[in-house]
Amino acid sequence: MAVSQSVFGEHHSLGLGRRVMAGLKLDGPLVLGLLLIAAFGLVVLWSAGGQESSLLVRQLVRLGVGFAVLLVVAQIPPKVLRLWSPWIFLAGLALLVAVLVAGDFGKGAQRWLNLGFVRFQPAEIMKLAVPMTAAWYLRDRPLPPRFTELCILLVLVILPAILIARQPDLGTALLVASSGLLVVLLGGLRVKLVLLLGAMGAALAPVLWHFMHDYQRRRVLTFFNPENDPLGAGYHIIQSKIAIGSGGLFGKGWGNGSQAQLEFLPERSTDFIFAVLGEEFGLIGLLLLLAAYLLVIGRGLYIALQAQDTFGRLLAGSISLTFFVYVFVNTGMVTGLLPVVGVPLPLVSYGGSSMVTLMAGFGILMSINGHRNLLAR
Amino acid sequence: MSISRLKDHWREQRMFLGRVIAAAIVVVLLAGLLVYRLVDLQVVHFEHFTRLSQGNRVRLEPVPPVRGLLFDRNGQVMAENRPVYQLELIPEQVKNIDETLAALVGLGLVEDEALPRIREQLRSQRRFEPVILRPRLDETEAARFAVQRPRFPGVDIQARLARQYPLGEVASHVIGYVSAISQQDLQRVDAANYAGTAQTGKVGAERAWEHLLHGTTGHRQVLVNAQGRRLQELERNDAVPGRNFYLTIDLELQALAEKALAGRRGAVVALDPRNGQVLALASMPGYDPNLFSMGVSGEHFRALQSDIDQPLFNRALRGQYPPGSTIKPMLALAGLHYGVVEPDDAIFCPGWFSLPNHSHRYRDWKREGHGEIDLENAVAQSCDVYFYHLAVSLGIERMHDFLAMFGLGTPTGIEIPGERSGLVPSRDWKRQAFSRREDQPWFPGETVITGIGQGYMLATPLQLAQAAAILGNRGRGFRPTLLAGIEDLATGEREAIEPEPLAPLSLSPTHVEEAIESMVAVMHSPRGTARASGQDSPWTIAGKTGTAQVVAIAQGEEYDEELVAERHRPHALFIAFAPAENPRIAISVLVENGESGSAAAAPIARALVDNWQSREGD
Repeated sequence: MAVSQSVFGEHHSLGLGRRVMAGLKLDGPLVLGLLLIAAFGLVVLWSAGGQESSLLVRQLVRLGVGFAVLLVVAQIPPKVLRLWSPWIFLAGLALLVAVLVAGDFGKGAQRWLNLGFVRFQPAEIMKLAVPMTAAWYLRDRPLPPRFTELCILLVLVILPAILIARQPDLGTALLVASSGLLVVLLGGLRVKLVLLLGAMGAALAPVLWHFMHDYQRRRVLTFFNPENDPLGAGYHIIQSKIAIGSGGLFGKGWGNGSQAQLEFLPERSTDFIFAVLGEEFGLIGLLLLLAAYLLVIGRGLYIALQAQDTFGRLLAGSISLTFFVYVFVNTGMVTGLLPVVGVPLPLVSYGGSSMVTLMAGFGILMSINGHRNLLAR
Repeated sequence: MSISRLKDHWREQRMFLGRVIAAAIVVVLLAGLLVYRLVDLQVVHFEHFTRLSQGNRVRLEPVPPVRGLLFDRNGQVMAENRPVYQLELIPEQVKNIDETLAALVGLGLVEDEALPRIREQLRSQRRFEPVILRPRLDETEAARFAVQRPRFPGVDIQARLARQYPLGEVASHVIGYVSAISQQDLQRVDAANYAGTAQTGKVGAERAWEHLLHGTTGHRQVLVNAQGRRLQELERNDAVPGRNFYLTIDLELQALAEKALAGRRGAVVALDPRNGQVLALASMPGYDPNLFSMGVSGEHFRALQSDIDQPLFNRALRGQYPPGSTIKPMLALAGLHYGVVEPDDAIFCPGWFSLPNHSHRYRDWKREGHGEIDLENAVAQSCDVYFYHLAVSLGIERMHDFLAMFGLGTPTGIEIPGERSGLVPSRDWKRQAFSRREDQPWFPGETVITGIGQGYMLATPLQLAQAAAILGNRGRGFRPTLLAGIEDLATGEREAIEPEPLAPLSLSPTHVEEAIESMVAVMHSPRGTARASGQDSPWTIAGKTGTAQVVAIAQGEEYDEELVAERHRPHALFIAFAPAENPRIAISVLVENGESGSAAAAPIARALVDNWQSREGD
């Protein structure tokens, strides 16, 4: 058998590196893509964070923890993950309710649960628990699912999303909902129903509007007309567009972005870090990062296609596509294509309990890929 | 389960493949859209954004709106914005800064003490940014500098608008003041709209209508170079000025009330009973709101706060006092309303009252007693014994319900924030107010003293004026308001404010007239307690005196003015409305430690009635 040199190749070779990777249930191309993105992120963060090493060190620690979580999750067989899914979901749901009832106050919003030794956001659990549970529900059912099954799935997805939106954390709520809906879409939801759901979504928009907080409404209004609020939310978009646009093809150079360095650009090490990259590394830098993201997403979809059961297929597909949703929502926001919703650029933005969740998600991908029964081929 | 519901792995895998391919296409399309956007920003519009960014950058500067003005009902200015002159120096335009500063000190335009601060600013600031030499110059100083100006290149006067209160202390408790925005203020308002605003309304009308007085902040985009120097204004979006407010206050009446209280502590409230408009709302002593808008020093502010006379305390709507005998007309009306007394029923007043089987004597203010006395005389001469009897016959619950109808015990709803609710006691209230079980029951003796407005009962001067207004207008009350009109400078429209009627009281007109007659007798009958203030009045005045004890006087103890320290003397109270048959003004007067309602408070009301009637009566 010839050794495949393609990034999508199989690990049948006898190379030591590949043997280690296979033993650890890791997928080479996926790890490579993630490391590329993380490295890119650290380079930009150095500049965006005011060239301070403390920020960088803390981000490095987070990345380390993230990769450790990835490694651990990758060792858990998909069968076990599948058995755990509904219980993780129920626990997450209980925690969400707990956070609404007794959560700590963080930034005026109730998102955090304090367990004494660690504070975390139960909403993060749901980012994985919802697609896991949706995939678990469909594991043995013939696809495409029937109408009653779809209704049950919809409740599974919408209920946690509403709880999260109440915290209020609209960005995370939308991500959780989309990760669940992606499972349903991949599970063979009929095209007619997809269109119907789209129409329902449009009809729900006013309801959503009703639940929004003033600041969220302002953001939506500002998206449609940034000039409306140039001193408030519109300022973010105006400054971010200037930063990216003035970066040009090759950028102003590392640490030379005047928008970022002179603090015209708000949230530059977190939500708007993409604009810093655009200003300092230009279109070339942005395209490179985008390519790294697409590599990860493409490899994820490939793993989904190779998965051997419904659960693995749907879950892997959902995790990969949700990752794209992350990237697109953030970059769309920073470039003014989408309204400002507080979604960080995955693996690049500073901080976040979302880093661990992301890495756990990729751990699941690795597990699905690494535990395949080779004989079945 | 039908055959079609069986799992078909091969079909499902093919369907999944289709879905993944579709998803991949969507991903590629969206990524393409993003790339298209990036190319558009970074290649197509590169020049445009570079101009905005490199070398010259766009800075957004807020353009603060001009704050709305406050007028009285006749259009006299109560709060305005005046230019103040600020002396500035631009370092890069001055050849010899030390010499310049020395010369300015010599002219008395810069203070010696300010020099260290100025030197510090000269060191830390950029050379093209102005350094403030003196924040405020008065007109003569500004003129003195103007003459010398050619000698001082790089030094100039800048005018800016500052809030000014031309009346000084007059009506200070109505107007309130603006001062520097605090963190707490920012929680209350839209911070973006206050981006260029330094001050916000803190109390009084300035606070009540802050959102409309402030206006909407505009903004301008200015090009600045790499050092931050302004080069060019690109775009401007003008601010929308705040609304102008016409208050219901009549400044002549207001000044008269404050003058009458000068040197004392007290409050006067005058309402128009026909629409609830507040004609005067005085609380003395007052303060000069200009101190706050100019930036009061911490020391000065602490002095005002710790002043024993509490000049910052708005007694008219925050001061809660026992209403004393001023509630007697209302209680007389309650007696008639509930059929407990008839107007001509007389009781014998020996100068004291005791509950059956109790030895405690509740004293009348007149030691020897009033003898046989009917309702009208009981009010006119303020016979306490009559009202002890009446209170016992009514019971506390009926007294509570009836007085509540006149607005006592609840805030009146005037627009100025901070109003207190006063207190009309009841059994329910006492059960909740006291934590110890043995304190919770209502005792008969407490009913007795409630009959003369003592005990737990409390009312604000505003509430007493409101009660007088409701009675004077024959039960048809209005919510007290300070707002006569709002003027929008943008549209030039002036919106008049409609009075807000309260639910009219269902009372027998004959009973109401009886009660009002008894108040007329206070002013105009030969033995009325305030006959001195009713004398020779061209209009019929209905009034009632009151005296509120500050400290309890022990049983049998003689009340010795000499021994009671000034601040332990009773408060003097008075309520009135005139003309009695068709009132145009309702008044309450409170003089802290004024001792006698008839001597200290009633003459003030009379002066207000005369002033208002001579101008407004027809």
